[in-house]
Amino acid sequence: MRLSFPVLIMIAWVTLACGTFFLPLHPDDLLLSKILAAPEGQAWLGYDDLGRPIADRVIMGARTSLYVALCVTSLSLVTGTFFGVFAGWLGGWWDRCAVLVIDIFIAFPGILLAIALAGLLGPGIMNAVIALSVVGWVGFARLARAQTLAVKQRDHVTAAIALGTNTVQIVLRHLLPLILAPLIVEVTFAIAGTVLAEAGLSFLGLGVQPPQASWGSMIRDGTRYMLVAPHMVLAPGIAVFLVVLAVNLSGDALRDRMDVRLRERT
Amino acid sequence: MRAVPALQYEIYMLKYLSIRCVTALIVILGVATLVFMLIHIVPGDPVEVMLGESAQPADAEALRNALGLNLPLYQQWLNFMSHLGTLDLGTSLHTQRAITSLLWERMPATLLLACTSLTIAIAIALPLGMLAAVRRGSRWDVMAMTFSMLGISIPGFWLGPLLIMVFSLWLGWFPVSGREGIASLVLPAVTLGTALAALLARMVRAALLEVLNEDYIRAARARGLSTTAVVWRHGLANAALPIITVLGMQFGALLAGAVITETIFSWPGIGQLVVEAIQKRDYPVVQTCVLLISFSYVVVNLLTDLAYAVLDPRVRLA
Repeated sequence: MRLSFPVLIMIAWVTLACGTFFLPLHPDDLLLSKILAAPEGQAWLGYDDLGRPIADRVIMGARTSLYVALCVTSLSLVTGTFFGVFAGWLGGWWDRCAVLVIDIFIAFPGILLAIALAGLLGPGIMNAVIALSVVGWVGFARLARAQTLAVKQRDHVTAAIALGTNTVQIVLRHLLPLILAPLIVEVTFAIAGTVLAEAGLSFLGLGVQPPQASWGSMIRDGTRYMLVAPHMVLAPGIAVFLVVLAVNLSGDALRDRMDVRLRERT
Repeated sequence: MRAVPALQYEIYMLKYLSIRCVTALIVILGVATLVFMLIHIVPGDPVEVMLGESAQPADAEALRNALGLNLPLYQQWLNFMSHLGTLDLGTSLHTQRAITSLLWERMPATLLLACTSLTIAIAIALPLGMLAAVRRGSRWDVMAMTFSMLGISIPGFWLGPLLIMVFSLWLGWFPVSGREGIASLVLPAVTLGTALAALLARMVRAALLEVLNEDYIRAARARGLSTTAVVWRHGLANAALPIITVLGMQFGALLAGAVITETIFSWPGIGQLVVEAIQKRDYPVVQTCVLLISFSYVVVNLLTDLAYAVLDPRVRLA
């Protein structure tokens, strides 16, 4: 019952994002007579400053945000988990060096490094993915390392080592399944964070480039016409807000259900 | 704790503090190296990216010389570090001004914004989190946690324009942008402070809930102290440390958030400087601003850790 709202929103997000390949959308059609037109029967979210239908662009924005969120989160998850498990499992100097690298990356607050990197790499959706992944893997690495350190001490791992099982097999069969629950919870928060960060980069003009639609760049375009066309800011903003809220709520629910005690997100 | 002799405790403490300081120093060196590398990992010739493809070869060569980009990499790194050490941060490619003076000019605005947001966040989160913890499960708790969830999920780059729309354009209470007087500070500070307030309210609630189950709270209640006295004097005092740590960790997020907030409100701080510098491909300025923000983050975290260790004798070298 508690999951119904977030699940509905997330289903809508994914369906619309996938639907962009089949739906008859015209996100880039310019209708000069409709410039800044308010919502009406046919175009239920109105038109933007170039006379493009906002509803179609919001749906295209769903695709952009889902694409970036999936790419960044999976890249970060794989890299971070590998790095963290590697450090935690080997211990000693490897671990100390790994912790130092993690500390250095964590010293870049929030999406600052991503902003700088996206600025240097130049705008574009691939560069946004790279910039956000460079920042995103650290959270997973820290979590995977801490979990590995804890699980490594358990009896079944010691038994596997004593039986001469090879390391790869121990990690894959005896370690990873046990550290999966907190990682999954972290994935949900990472998705929420990435949706926010992608929209933030696009808001600053560092994400996807026109005419491609992104919720962040739509909000930025809308800020110039807030007095005459508030719908330009409201529609994409509500979309980002609902998606992030839904993902955060399901993250919380997952955490409660899996009984995972994580640090509060930073 | 009392069992440990005072001298031995001080040696522990000294050891902890020095190791913590050395680690912070290494992290700062690493951060500087990473920022130094930023310009080199970008595909293509950085000079061409900065000047544009139509640049004259002579200009490109001059800039390459000025930035020392034709030296071997390790030499460039050594130069970069020694310049940092002497606080010689170079000049802006765009304005030709010393970056140090640019930073001095922009710093007060960012500090003012960050401190005001921090104050607003604490002023909202503390009572809200306390109320939620004391009345756990009540309507107050649900309301506080709903606010917290909404605050964490609302993007600053949307909240800012919304506030402008309602309070500047429709009601006319505050200026739309710029920095003129106290009124112009309100909307940016609220925009920046909301997410922190939301996160902090959760933390205050969680930290207090943990403490409120302790025996000394039950003892204080048994002595007939009022709920307010118990929560303030015994609850919050003991829950303060984790809250302070989170505040320190969130300080960095506040500075990073300032980049977007300052852009929305044309607030003349470091954040706006970064975005302008990125748009004008003024890489030395971008590098320096990123360094400055990260350094202050490391220093704040070091100070929180040290404060933590001094305030709470249970914290020792792990």
